Amino acid sequence: MVLKIFFPQCCNRAESGLLVGRWISGHDSAVVLAVIHYPFIPAQVKQYIQQMQAQSRVDLSVLGSWSLPKDGQEGMESFLRDLSTIFPQERWLQIRRQFGKTGFSCEVLSRDQICRKDPGEKAEKKKKSEEDGGDAEREDEEKVIFIHYEQRKVMLSQLHPVEAQESGSGSEPHSELRQVFGTVARSQPLFVLDRYDDGPLRSTHWQSEGREASIVVELLKQASVPLGLLLSRMLSVWTWICSARILSVFPLRFLSSKLSTCVQLSYRTERLQTLCAPQGAPQGAPQGAPQGAAHMDFMRKANVLVSILLDISLGVLLMSWLYRNQNIAMLASNMVPAADRVAQQLEELLQWLMGAPAGLKMNRALDQVLGRFFLYHIHLWISYIHLMAPFIQGILWYGGLSACLGLTFALSLLSDMVALFTFHIYCFYVYGARLYCLKIYGLSSLWRLFRGKKWNVLRQRVDSCSYDLDQLFIGTLLFTILLFLLPTTALYYLVFTLLRLVVVLFQGVLHLSVDFINSFPLFAMALRICRPYRLAEGVKFRVLCEEPGTALHLLMEINPLKCSSVVQTYRTPTYSCYPRDSWAALVKKLFIGELIYPWRRKTTKSD
Amino acid sequence: MEDEAFSNISGKAISLDCQTHSSFCREFTVSSPKMSIGKVMVYTCSVWLIAYAVFFFTENTTVLSSAILITLTGMMLHIHFVKVDHESLLVIGSLGIQVSSSYASGREVTTFIEMSRIKDIVINEAVYLNQIIYYLCVLLKEPSEPNVVSSVVPLFQSSKPRLNCLAKVYESCQDILSNHNENKWFFCGHTFASVTWQM
Repeated sequence: MVLKIFFPQCCNRAESGLLVGRWISGHDSAVVLAVIHYPFIPAQVKQYIQQMQAQSRVDLSVLGSWSLPKDGQEGMESFLRDLSTIFPQERWLQIRRQFGKTGFSCEVLSRDQICRKDPGEKAEKKKKSEEDGGDAEREDEEKVIFIHYEQRKVMLSQLHPVEAQESGSGSEPHSELRQVFGTVARSQPLFVLDRYDDGPLRSTHWQSEGREASIVVELLKQASVPLGLLLSRMLSVWTWICSARILSVFPLRFLSSKLSTCVQLSYRTERLQTLCAPQGAPQGAPQGAPQGAAHMDFMRKANVLVSILLDISLGVLLMSWLYRNQNIAMLASNMVPAADRVAQQLEELLQWLMGAPAGLKMNRALDQVLGRFFLYHIHLWISYIHLMAPFIQGILWYGGLSACLGLTFALSLLSDMVALFTFHIYCFYVYGARLYCLKIYGLSSLWRLFRGKKWNVLRQRVDSCSYDLDQLFIGTLLFTILLFLLPTTALYYLVFTLLRLVVVLFQGVLHLSVDFINSFPLFAMALRICRPYRLAEGVKFRVLCEEPGTALHLLMEINPLKCSSVVQTYRTPTYSCYPRDSWAALVKKLFIGELIYPWRRKTTKSD
Repeated sequence: MEDEAFSNISGKAISLDCQTHSSFCREFTVSSPKMSIGKVMVYTCSVWLIAYAVFFFTENTTVLSSAILITLTGMMLHIHFVKVDHESLLVIGSLGIQVSSSYASGREVTTFIEMSRIKDIVINEAVYLNQIIYYLCVLLKEPSEPNVVSSVVPLFQSSKPRLNCLAKVYESCQDILSNHNENKWFFCGHTFASVTWQM
């Protein structure tokens, strides 16, 4: 069986001492976490290890001894060998390294019999140091692999896919790498002792040169507590107002579910509530999975916060453009003439339809009726716009203030305003669609009569039926009338459906961009680009020792997650609007004349 | 470190490099045939001739500059995303298998599979139109269900070596995987997988 030893790179030049780490059960491997240096008192070491075990919940133990003898410390090796009796273990590792010679040698002593394995001197090709040839001796019996890892990166990294649940009733995950990563991540209390501490023990690990901390991060942590309390208070007041009974009256509730601004507002409230919620599991939970849950929690909150900040900054940018140089006045003064132009073009369109559009000959009477009906509607709408003209600037000014909540609010407001201003097109579409639908329905039924068949509602099929002569006569007459009126209605329906689709497309683009801003995990992506070792898909190994027959030294590097997986894993769920029908169903609905509402809103599920 | 004359399934010459780092750690590198200068020149010349022809009719210089841009970006994308220089398989006994492919621009894509997830390495046959293709693949299992093959990872997909090359790699791998037992049997999995071979 091959023994694997995960050795931190920071301990490659550590002074002689004891190896502290953990044996990973079931996989015949050991993780070295730190080296405790001579001189030490064994009782104090045992006490320290027990203390660390209680704090970090990791099964720490003394793995063996490490010797890198400096000048004048020749007797160290035999002393370190005798230590195996003081710290009784199943297996005792003795790792030796010569200063100036780059080679590790390892002896494994088991508890009962001291079977010494032949040490082989290995030549190790390190990245920065020079190559040194050594005598190559074959190791026949127990084989050892040294896997060098960078301790700080492995400690901070999180393996994906994240296991947020306990795997199998509190047992350890099957994967060896997950156990290694989990061990190093949970051993944070062990890395607190640095060389400026005046304690009885000296140890070497990645932080032993001095503890790392950032003032900005500490300040933010201190400031976040009162800010979080304030925010949660404000949010509770806001939700209490929103859930007041007076606002649950039917029209308001219906309106607020249709207006995208209200939907976006409730979504933002929900997100802020998850941000202020206290953390799920406490930190000192038993080993394994809750670390994954804590990581996902942290990433979710960070993504939400960064998205909201980005949104607000983009909104402020928009506001700064909108409120300077009289841009609002310019917009308002352009809006009424634009609406006038649209109305004029609609009128021209209707006049064209009332004539002989594209050379088709319309039924004169029906044409005039429909055309006049729609022209009257346009006239009403234009008068309405002119009535509103003086207030538009005010509306724009106050509406632009909503951009301070975020660009998404400005976009949703724009989408709502577009919906309101094109309400007449929506009405025309509904009239045209209903008329067309009725006509098609009547036509299909009379066509069956024309052929002598009938729709059997009970059996949901077409049956033959013998009609009376007068039934047939009237039916055929009506059928002919409807058939020859079909082109007119179909043309009106086509024109207004196209207009409606244009408006729907525009609104769809706005909603898509709002959805993108809401759901894109900006923090996770920035983390992947700037600190790729934090989000790990796996590891990669590189062979450091090149000569066959000697022990193997591998370098374990972190393989970062692919950008597409980052987006997929950390995407914030939204109330996304996605098409309700497939293309085929949409075309069919258009053909029959059924009213189409292409976007369906998905309600956010609460966690 | 041997270099015999192997070829891939289209008949082009490839090379296999076996490195034994230790008795339980071996690395196999299969190098694909390089890009041929002739092919590059043919593509570039045809694109530019078409661009000149269009320019002759339209007298618009943007056609020429866009042709140059297209050629350059096309070549860059090709060597960065498409052209595989060599693929390697690193087998470390009792730790796992690492599969990596490096592209002509130097980009490397690496995957490591742990030993607990590996069921076996086999040579499979695939039927593609009128050809029977052999490929080496790793059978994976879930640690909770050791008897079920959960997925199959094919190796050397871009270089596609022939059976003699695969057999060498297979023998060495089985050597390590079965805990250094001498494996004299040459076993070929006769699974007629009608898997569409991604060319």
